[in-house]
This record gives sequence, C-alpha cells and structure tokens, in this order.
Amino acid sequence: MSGAFRISNAGRLTPARTARFTFDGKAYTGVEGDTLASALLANGVHLVGRSFKYHRPRGFLSAGAEEPNALVEIARDSARKTPNVRATVQELYDGLSAKSQNRWPSLSFDVGAVNDVASPFFSAGFYYKTFMWPKSAWKNLYEPNIRSAAGLGVAPDQPDPDHYSSRFAHCDVLVLGGGAAGLAAALAAAETGVRVIIADEQAEFGGALRFESGARIEGQGGWAWAQGIVAQLKAMGNVRVLSRTTAFGYYAQNFVGLVERVSEHLADPGHDVPRERLWQVRAKRVVLATGAIERHMVFADNDRPGVMLASAARTYLNHYGVAVGRNVGVYTANDSAYGAAIDLKKAGVNVAAIVDLRDNPSGTLIDQARAAGIEIHDGRAVTRVGGKLRVSSMTVQPKNGGGERTIAIDALLMSAGWTPSVHLFSQSRGKVAFNEDKRFVPGTYAQDCVSVGACNGTDGLAASMDEAYAAGTKAAKEAGGKATKVSKPKVDADEIWSRGMLGSAPGAGPDTTVKAFVDFQNDVTAKDIRQAVREGMRSIEHVKRFTTNGMATDQGKTSNMHGLAIAADMLSKPIPEVGLTTFRAPYTPVTFGAIISHARGPLFDPTRRTPMHGWAEKHGAVFEDVGQWKRAWYFPRAGEDMHAAVNRECVTVRKTAGLFDASTLGKIEVVGPDAAKFMELLYTNPWEKLEAGRCRYGIMLREDGFIYDDGVVGRLAADRFHVTTTTGGAARVMNHMEDYLQTEFPHLNVWLTSISEQWAVIAVQGPKSRDIIAPLVEGIDMSDEAMPHMSVREGKICGVPTRLFRMSFTGDRGFEVNVPADYGQAVWEALWAEGQKHGAAAYGTEAMHVLRAEKGYIIVGQDTDGTVTPNDAGLDWAVGKKKADFVGIRGLTRLDLVAKGRKQLVGLRTKDPRVVLEEGAQVVDNPNQPIPMKMIGHVTSSYWSENCGRSIALALIAGGRDRAGETLYVPMPDKVIEVEVTGMVFFDEKGERLNG
Amino acid sequence: MAKAAQKTGIVEAERHPALAGRNASAAHVTLTALEPAERISLRAPEASLAALSKALGLTLPKKPKTSTSKGGRTALWLGPDEWLVIDDAGGDLLADCAKVKQLHSAVGVSHRNVAIGVTGPGAETTLNAGCPQDLSLAAFPVGGCSRTIFGKVEIVLYRTAEDAFRVECWRSFSDYVFTFLSEAARDAAA
Repeated sequence: MSGAFRISNAGRLTPARTARFTFDGKAYTGVEGDTLASALLANGVHLVGRSFKYHRPRGFLSAGAEEPNALVEIARDSARKTPNVRATVQELYDGLSAKSQNRWPSLSFDVGAVNDVASPFFSAGFYYKTFMWPKSAWKNLYEPNIRSAAGLGVAPDQPDPDHYSSRFAHCDVLVLGGGAAGLAAALAAAETGVRVIIADEQAEFGGALRFESGARIEGQGGWAWAQGIVAQLKAMGNVRVLSRTTAFGYYAQNFVGLVERVSEHLADPGHDVPRERLWQVRAKRVVLATGAIERHMVFADNDRPGVMLASAARTYLNHYGVAVGRNVGVYTANDSAYGAAIDLKKAGVNVAAIVDLRDNPSGTLIDQARAAGIEIHDGRAVTRVGGKLRVSSMTVQPKNGGGERTIAIDALLMSAGWTPSVHLFSQSRGKVAFNEDKRFVPGTYAQDCVSVGACNGTDGLAASMDEAYAAGTKAAKEAGGKATKVSKPKVDADEIWSRGMLGSAPGAGPDTTVKAFVDFQNDVTAKDIRQAVREGMRSIEHVKRFTTNGMATDQGKTSNMHGLAIAADMLSKPIPEVGLTTFRAPYTPVTFGAIISHARGPLFDPTRRTPMHGWAEKHGAVFEDVGQWKRAWYFPRAGEDMHAAVNRECVTVRKTAGLFDASTLGKIEVVGPDAAKFMELLYTNPWEKLEAGRCRYGIMLREDGFIYDDGVVGRLAADRFHVTTTTGGAARVMNHMEDYLQTEFPHLNVWLTSISEQWAVIAVQGPKSRDIIAPLVEGIDMSDEAMPHMSVREGKICGVPTRLFRMSFTGDRGFEVNVPADYGQAVWEALWAEGQKHGAAAYGTEAMHVLRAEKGYIIVGQDTDGTVTPNDAGLDWAVGKKKADFVGIRGLTRLDLVAKGRKQLVGLRTKDPRVVLEEGAQVVDNPNQPIPMKMIGHVTSSYWSENCGRSIALALIAGGRDRAGETLYVPMPDKVIEVEVTGMVFFDEKGERLNG
Repeated sequence: MAKAAQKTGIVEAERHPALAGRNASAAHVTLTALEPAERISLRAPEASLAALSKALGLTLPKKPKTSTSKGGRTALWLGPDEWLVIDDAGGDLLADCAKVKQLHSAVGVSHRNVAIGVTGPGAETTLNAGCPQDLSLAAFPVGGCSRTIFGKVEIVLYRTAEDAFRVECWRSFSDYVFTFLSEAARDAAA
C-alpha cells in the first residue's frame, strides 16, 4: 500500500510499482513516478520543515520548482548529502532517504520555535538594528550564532564523489518550457526542418496539463496529447528533447545555461552516468514558454501545514492520485481553484466550502462547482486558520467585516491568481510591462526571443497554443527554416482562469500582530513590508533588502508580486512606479558540481610538465609550481634537507658543472626582413648591429617606462631572432609583442611564432660545461675563439638538431642546449652521463636563484614589481642611448622617473653573515624612530650563499646606490638586523669565471 | 631506436613523444595519441601564396576554417596570413619553404604540437564537452578546421571524416587535453 491518501483510479502512476523510502528515519512506501512530496502526502504527511527565522511548522505549498517550504536533505551515503532539496521536485527512487532541516531536537518539537513567540523582537531589519555594537562582535559572535539558528540545510563535509559533465550545443530554435505552448512552438519549428532543442524542468513534458483536467486537444486529453507530441519530437532527427532540464540563466547573444539532472532520480545511478550535465546552448531564436506560477492568499497563519496552492492539490490528485486531505476548504480570488475543488469532489474528497473574496463570481467553473453541490461563500475572506502542526479549521468572515464562522477542514487550497514567469525574459535584459490585467508581462525585447502562453500573460489553452504555434513557425523561418504545410493542433476544450488579486487579503492586517506570510522561505509577513515602508523604504529594491522578501533560494517566485502590491498600497502609488525587482540567474539553485563540471581534480587547471620531468621525478626532485608548470626545485640526496641539497648544488655548479632544466622559458621566433627593426622597437637595446650568431641580454619596457620582461636573444640570421622570455611572462610577452605589431607597427614585415614548447632547454653551467657538451656535438666549434660568451650556433647534438647558446645565468661558463622537445629527455640523459664523468650535479630552481643572486642578476617579477626602471635596477647599460624610439622611451623621461631618491636595486650584507634576511622585509635608516617608522625600501631576494660563505640579499632602497657602505636596519618582530649597503655582485666581481 | 651515428660514435637521441602509446576508448568514441608529424607555422601575405603553394605541393586555403590536403600534407587555415602545415609523410616542410624567395615566415613546430585522434559516432559530442563551437556537419564539415579552445587550453581542431577529428595542442597541455577527452568520452552517446 503506497499511502492511505492514495485514491484508486486517480492519477497516472502504476500503484503496483512501489518504492520504499524514509523520511526522518521513518519508513514509507510510495510509487514509481512520485515526487518525495506526493509520496509523503499519500502517507498523510504534511509537516516537513521548520521555517527560516521563526521555526514555524511548514508543509508543502506547491507541487513544483517554486516550493519555498519543503526543503529537505537527501543523503545517498555519507559523502552524497544534498541539503535544501525541494521535496516537490525530487523524484522518488527505491531506497531514498530524506531528512527535515532547521529543527532540533525534532520536527514536531523544535526548541527554535521560541523565536515565533518572541517574534515581536525579530521584526524586519532587526538584525541590522540590534547587533551594531561592539563592531567586532558582529563577525565573531552575532553573525555565527544568527547563521546557525536561522537556517537552511547543512553543507556536506566530504568531497563530492559524483561526477558532472558539460556540453556545448547550438540550435536554430530553443524552446524553454515543455507545457502545451512550448510543445506547440517546438512542433511548429521542428516541422520546418531547423534544429530544435526543447527543455523542461519536469521528468515529463506537459506543464499545466498535468493537472488541468478540462483540457482536450486533438480529440484526446491534454496530457495524453502532450505525451504523443513528445514522442513525435523525439523521433525527429532535428530535435533534441531534454527533460529534467532547467534553463537557469539567459546570457548575451541568446546563450542559455541549462542543467540536466541525469541521475538524481535513479536508485542506483552507477559510475558512468554523470549526476548532472551542464548545457551551454547558443540559439538563433529562443521561444520562452515558461508558464505561470500560482500565488497564495495572504492572510493570518497562511503557512500552516495543509494550506497549499490549489494547483498543487490538483496536481497531487490528477497526476499522482493523492488527496491532500479528506475534508478540504478552498480560499480563492480566482477561478482556477474551482477546478481543483471540482476534481477533488469528483474523486470523493469532501469540499467543505469555497470561500471566494470576489462578489458574485461567475463563469463555467463556478457553475460546475455549484452543480457539484459545493458550498460557495462569495464576498468573504478566510481571516485565520486553526491548528498548529496541521490546519484544522478556517474562520470565514464577510470581507467588509461581520459575523465569523469557523469551518472544520484538514487542508486548505488557495489561489490569488497566476504570475507569469518572466524570469528568463527579464534575465535576457528584456523590459517587462504592467498590463491592464495587473500582470507584469514581457514588454520590450532585448534579444532574439519571444514569449508565448502563460508567461506572456495569455490566458486559455487555445489562445496560448495559437500564439505558440505562430511564434514557433516565425522563429524557425527567421532561423532559416523552410516553409512547410503544418499540422496545427486543435484545442477542443480548455479552462479559462480569470484574474486574481495582489497583496494582502482582509485578515492580514493592517497593523495587527498576525503573521500573514508573503515570503514563506524567508519568513516575511505583510506587516514586515508595511514596516519597511513606514521606516522610509521607497524603492522595492530597498524594501526587498530590508525585509529579505524574495531573497531566499526560491527567489520570490510566489512572494514578489504580493510584496510589491503591499508596498505600493502603503505608498499610495501604482505598482509599476514602485518597480519590480530584477530577476537574476539562476532561476532555481544550481549545484557547484554542475557549474564546475569537468574542471576538478587533475582537470581543475592544466598541469604542465617539461620533457625531462620524468627523469627529474626518478632522480628524487622536489617540484615547485611556477604558474601551471611543475619545475624541479632541488634534488635532495639521501639524508639531505633542502638547505643541504641547495648548498651542494650551488657549490658543484661553480666547482665543476650542473645541469638545469630551463625548458619552461618562453621562446618566440621573430622572423622577417624587418625582424631587427621590430626588435629595436620592442626592446631598449640596439639590435641592428648584432651579428648573426651572437646573443644579447634584452630588456622590454611597458609604455610607462617600467621593466616588463627580460631575456637573452640570439640572432640566428639577418631575418631571424630566437627570443627568450621569463617562464611566467611567456604568454603575455607574446601578446604584448603581437599587440604592438598589429596596432602600432603594422608596416613591418615580421611575424612572431611561439616556440616555447618546440624546444627543450638544458642549461649546462660551470667550468666543466664545455667538456660535458663537446663530445656529443657535431658541426659546432666550441672553442672560446669560435664560440665566445653570448653566441649561438646551430648544429647537432646526439644526432639531433640543436640551437646551442653560450650564455650564463650563473656567472660561470655556461651553455643552454636547445633540442626539439621530444629529444629533451634523451639528450639530458646523454649530457648527464657525460656530466657524471666530471662530478656534475643536477640543480633545481632554488640553486638557480641563489647562483644568479650571487652575481646580482635580477629576476623580473621578484626584484622588480612593475615600478622599476632599467636605471633603478642598475641596467642603464642595456638601454640604447642613441636609439630614437622604443616602447617606453617617452615613459623613461617622465619627471618622477628621473627624479632623485628613487628606489634602486642594491646588495645588502648582514653584519652577522649567518643571518639570512626575510624576502619582503622592510628596511629603515633609523631603528629608534617611533612607530610607524619610515620605510625606505624592502628586501627583494635573500639567500644563504654557500659559495660566499655568508648570506646575500638584494633590496630596493630609496637612493640606494648613493648609500653604498651605509648601515641600514631591518626591523623584525623579535630583533633589528643591521645590514650594510653594497653593490649587487657578491661573487667573482670581475666576471672572470664566464671564460673560466 | 638508438643507433650509432656513422663516424662520430655519438649515440643518437631517442625520441620520446608526449602521450606516446596513450589511448582510450568508450562506448562511442576512441582516443588515440597520433604519430609524430612534421609541422610548420607558416605566415605569409597574399602575394606569396602562389609561390609557397607551389613549393609545398598543395594549394594554401584562403577561406576561413578550411583546409587543403595532398600527398600526406595538410594546410589548415588559421588566420588571414597564417597556416598550420602538417606533413605525415616525412617530408621536409622547412626545406621546401626555404626555396621560396617571396616574403614569408616558416617556423618549425613539429615538437611543439601533439596530435590526438578522436573518432567514432560520439566524437562530436566528446569535443563539445569542452569546445564551444558548432561541430555539426553543416557548420563544421569534413576538412573544416579552427583554432579554438577545449576546456581551458587552446587547440587546433580539424575534421578528418564525418566521425573523426584531429586535435592539435601544445605538448605540455596534451595530458590535460587527453584526460579531459577521456572524461568527456564517458558521457558521449552517439
């Protein structure tokens, strides 16, 4: 048995297909095709949650995505816990386990409900006004406590074991919404042969046809017709039908984000199926058929479990075969609730009375209700309801005052009318218009889309489908579809639901202490909205933020219009003048998993490895992250810590030689007859006269005169340069060069090609470097005479092509061996084998840093920070004094760039040679001055230098070069360190070792 | 394989291509690390195209997103003055271009790029997991090509058959691209 409230012969589910589930630990049975909501209601369970602020007992308001109350936690296992799932959209599967939220110790007895009694203190704006002092307590005391008391579900605390996928798609016509209008539009478009995608958030297409029993199309019931059309669309090669798929965001140029729930409804999804799939669709035309959402009536205690939207009760009955009670009342200002009453009555449920706020309502549905023997109290209001955990009665009073009457009920269906769902239209930047029916409907369009049916304010099935069919045909034609003979569906019967009311009904105030809820999820009452206006809020945007109306996860789907109407009433202004709040994505909550989709774990960001990575790994390298690259940091041997390993590597390089993987350096091949002219313009140095086969250290500036990048450049031929950049600068330097070439120097015949990854680079540095390389090289004379420092040769090494640079970033004799990347590992291994004969070591980036600092070679980005000129860095020699132009030449003459007292790069020696300064430490000239002290600079690089037998450091110091020999001070938390200003070169000041 | 050079006794370096031997298959798609190939990045103005086409033995395409192919050589249009030329038959592209006097830039990128074959009825879907382009046959026909993105990296995409693509990416990004493709392939129905 799948519940005492399941009605035989009602609904579309198959009773025999049962599914077991638990709610708060209690076992129940439902039916396949149920939502968690319908399955609980079938078992007579209405109480499913506690409200956000007052912890009031709550039941189901709706049967769809707009649900504000029935938020539960669904747990598949300890890692798969999803909070805030709307029970009204969660499909039941066998073994589903759900838990209520925001209650302690239990759902029926919740200590937090004391907030409800104390509610006079918790009125709108309470938090802002009360917890102002002391300021620091907000962060540490008030906010954490408020957060834990008020609340939604608990976020899962384990990594998400599920996987998510993503899919880009293109189509001619994208139809959002699969009700009668959406299906008609999709059918019309599809028949022209264009590519169509239709999506609907529900498991099955049909929209309001799920409950609208009066609809007949093409000689059959509305629902049956819809299923037939879906089958027809699915069979067409040009149509993609996406169920369980919510369009959550409408972005520029008809780019729509959708999330498809692929396996949320399966008992055992397995491992291959993603949990969700993110669709990013670009459509030529979009048809919005997003329907309308029913509004509740605003009256005292309208949040009692058992009080729900009329369309919800009708859905539970007509689709799921579930009666929401045995003796229901109806409170309405609109015709559609009559349909629900009639259907329930026919199914054998007693309808105690229909209370209609309108005087003398008339129409087919009203006549039918009367004929069915249902008592109608028109011109009356429900002023309050009885019951605590479940509604037990309603009190009815003439709307203009008079005698009360209390009627016993166990469920109350309400309808204040329908709000067109203009969320996606509004997200598309379209402007809504307030029409004569007091509805905000699409007004001015900003993108190539069209709204049809209920979301366009069109009433009635026939009119909606006519409109949708025409729109689908037109959209397809505009997207390039062929005109065809079409088979427009014919509507035989439908229900017309006339307008309802906005704002609070009698009994909701004004200025009483009752809680007549406008926004259920955020516990905002009619009184709160009025208070906001009284306290000076004039714009609906301010009212929203002051009261939090419409700010919860349901984003005000049921509350926005009521809140707006109450505010407008208080302000005595027409509704459009108070304004509608902006709709923002997402339409319904989207999981982070879907948004991230594949980009997690190894795919979070590319991890780049050099061709020699495997060798380094095998030889125990410790790696550091440099941008996306993994670079060997140091190579510890058994028993060595980082310090010992780096010391050994540094000493070995200077004593014999070291091998270093420099493959990550950026490399750009600059080719063309104007290559040298281009280089002259991009670098401070002169290039025209550099001979082929020679190299030069180049500095690149930005327009403002500050150093942007540096690197050694080799001239391979008159029209060909091999440029190197810093590792981190590779991509942006290429862009910088290309930008100038295309926008400033398009007259030059030169082209740039990134060759960073074409060449693996093995730096061999140290006195034995030539001895290590020479035996493997063919076709290159490596003698000092034939190949002096700063030259480049092309030939072969280990039988493969090489660009062999003689250059040094250590100050010792050195080479950089460039070989095609796939040969990097083998050539490295060959050089390593040769190196072993001489006692060479492999060294990592840390030793590289120390060795260059010993020589005062700067690292752009470490010793410079975007405010350092070549002169500041002591690199004036690299600026061509005779050059007429280069990028940054005018920047260099700016007054503050030539002013005295600029920070200059200098060396620092600690008075105690064993003390190593901290990089980033500030420098002062008088440590006894009062705090805050005047900083005159900071340490940019600092290391222990085993080769120097002391610590060394580089620092940017105001007027630094004039301070040579001065004592400065580095104040640290525990002591002040004395330092002496020196030149930047700590080792081999004469530079004799370059040829050593 | 390593072999001794004739005179010098130097052992020739062995080639270790990225992704060597990697492949993956799912129900509707197969991923293969393709064999090394010769490649150049060719830049040239309109006036040089006839001479370059003659030297390369194929007509360089001028229409965006198209390619030409002849005798194991393929030229992919990447921009108004830019082509990626791939030679699978062991030809020397740089040497062929060196004979051309007209203005151009030919730079060897054989080792910069790595190629992955994506084949099967699910190929299009697999690529659309990370590539935002319209890959339908109408919009991206056989022979179509484009420099585009896949996830977070740049690729050159070339359609070799209705259900086959060649993905070219930079060497150090190839592991990311291959891993992403493998993941996407799991979710690629035909």
